[in-house]
Amino acid sequence: MKKLLLATAATAALTGAAFAEGHGDGITLGVAFGFTGPLESLAPPMASGAELAMAEATASGAFMDGMSVTSVRGDSTCIDASAATAVGERLITSDDVSGIVGAMCSGATTSMLTNVAVPNGMVMISPSATSPALTTIEDNGLFFRTAPSDARQGVVMAEIIMERGIDEVAVTYTNNDYGQGLADSFAAAFEEMGGTVTIVAAHEDERADYFAEVGSLASAGGDALVVAGYVDSGGSGIVQAALDTGGFDTFVFPDGMVGEALTENFGSDLDGSFGQNPGTDSNGAALFQEMAAEAGFDGTSAFAAEAYDAAALLILAMQAAGSTAPADYAAHVMDVANAPGEEIMPGELDRALELIAAGEAVNYEGATAVELIEPGESAGNYREIEIQDGELTTVQYR
Amino acid sequence: MDVLNAIIVLANFVIVPATAYGAQLALGALGVTLIYGILRFSNFAHGDTMAFGAMVTILMTWALQGAGITLGLLPTALLALPVGIIVTALLLIGTDRLVYRFYRQQKAKPVIYVIASLGVMFVMNGLVRFIIGVDDQRFADGERFIVSARTFREMTGLDEALAIRTTQGITLVVALIAVVALFWFLNRTRTGKSMRAFSDNEDLALLSGINPEKVVIVTWIIVAALATTAGVLYGLDKSFKPFTYFQLLLPVFASAIVGGLGNPVGAIAGGFLIAFSEISVTYAFRRAANHLLPEAWEPDGLVQLLSTDYKFAVSFTILLIVLIFKPTGLFRGKSV
Repeated sequence: MKKLLLATAATAALTGAAFAEGHGDGITLGVAFGFTGPLESLAPPMASGAELAMAEATASGAFMDGMSVTSVRGDSTCIDASAATAVGERLITSDDVSGIVGAMCSGATTSMLTNVAVPNGMVMISPSATSPALTTIEDNGLFFRTAPSDARQGVVMAEIIMERGIDEVAVTYTNNDYGQGLADSFAAAFEEMGGTVTIVAAHEDERADYFAEVGSLASAGGDALVVAGYVDSGGSGIVQAALDTGGFDTFVFPDGMVGEALTENFGSDLDGSFGQNPGTDSNGAALFQEMAAEAGFDGTSAFAAEAYDAAALLILAMQAAGSTAPADYAAHVMDVANAPGEEIMPGELDRALELIAAGEAVNYEGATAVELIEPGESAGNYREIEIQDGELTTVQYR
Repeated sequence: MDVLNAIIVLANFVIVPATAYGAQLALGALGVTLIYGILRFSNFAHGDTMAFGAMVTILMTWALQGAGITLGLLPTALLALPVGIIVTALLLIGTDRLVYRFYRQQKAKPVIYVIASLGVMFVMNGLVRFIIGVDDQRFADGERFIVSARTFREMTGLDEALAIRTTQGITLVVALIAVVALFWFLNRTRTGKSMRAFSDNEDLALLSGINPEKVVIVTWIIVAALATTAGVLYGLDKSFKPFTYFQLLLPVFASAIVGGLGNPVGAIAGGFLIAFSEISVTYAFRRAANHLLPEAWEPDGLVQLLSTDYKFAVSFTILLIVLIFKPTGLFRGKSV
């Protein structure tokens, strides 16, 4: 009995020591991406991006009085909800992480968030989940994302159209989740701003001609036609038929339509049409790419920059809260991401950490010009384009 | 003035496109009906024959364009059309030698022919995709419009615009020439008459010394000419994509059956009937109605009978109705 007590006490003491070691001079962050599955090619550069921010914070020596930040990778997969839940549980209970960068796909993110993160009170920042459903999910303020919701583009597009004094449009979308989601979010936003949507009609890709579709769109009327389709497929067919019949001569193009093929096909016939696609003029992106090249991975790979920003936000929020406990720092994520405060570019995490330690506010811009809106997702940066003399020209970034 | 605007809207979105589409269907249906009348089977490979002919013409058009030869205002494809017809005729005669002749000698039942033509359809389908690919091909050149929407508005000062594309005009002219030539051939020439005799009564024709092999070859050549012309006109007017030609099989067959299989006049009438129904049933008449009706009566809805997604359903429905109530078709063809 004495031996057992002794053993228990010794174990407790050892565990305590290990615990002290874990939190005394370093923390771990989970990096849960879909290293296997349909988007596996994107995961390694994203993980490298997130780890780049952690290495930077560690090297600065300014994080929480010299703590180090290390990463633990986990394979959340992309489409396997139970695998995502399992890896989330492992990260929290076994690896004892202080925050999770992830998950990658919207489905995996949803399951990890509702099954593991919320019950355990863990903060998650996803760099790449774009489903509109995550905006309204019950997250107790623990979930953020550095990627914009797909619903956001609809709002931006509605604003652009309104600013040009057009208040009546017809909408056609390619008959799939992307087209329908965008058309729905746009129509809702546009009507909320006082505009009129005369018709929302689907079109199928791969048809020979679109005269019948354009006939109904033109019959419904409108000052412009919003084409939420693909430039290499039905979207161009719709534009062609509308130009030929004179049904519409002003078009609005969301990201699926903005491409060189558009001006190649139609040239100056589209003068005066406009649209938007994701893009930013912040020089943070260029800085990040240089850093990525030095670290030996491709910084232009999709969502790598967002992953860097997600990890950086976790670290800065902890510094701002003065604590690595998720319950303490979750409320600070929005503060460090947004104005007011000193603007922070990629590679300036050491300065940001020192500023925060000195009690000053920071506005983290990072590699993707991060601006978080309620309930904790990226506002998204879009490039507003207009076609002039048969060329795509950039009007402004918003 | 408002009545005028209403007419222009209808002309722009219904009458002009439906007339061009109807002419293309009529040419396709003529080919189907000739094969049915003379060779006595429904050729399911017809849509892909059209695609093959159009493909050869497109390749030839590119060669001509590459050599700097064009037709000026008209599409170069018209110059390449004869080459397309010749190559397609060779393919069809080759197919006949390889496949259909065997069944003819066996005196096979029509349903066996139909299944054989289904096999030929898949082979041709693969051949076209293999050679030119599955993507959209643009090969129209020359002047795009006879009357463009913008010039029409400037000329007339009306609110509504009417656009007539060159390809639509060419479709009508070429279809008219092809039909007149076909009827002249069938009714006035010795070979044409022997073909009709063969169609009416095979045994009697054989007894009177008509060479069946010659009739078969001439039929395939005419079918190749009709199918290639229809395919090229359709491709010029819309776009060339192998898959859409495969889909075209249904309205083409509907046209031929509605008009009465084996009856050339019926094929033409059927083509226009199907085209006008497809387009007017799925067209939203709101704009025309707004011009005609007093303001208080203006409709809020689109005044559209069916969504454009159901375009193909229209041909199916007409086909069913005709088969139930008048199985020989509107112009008394042979019963299916």
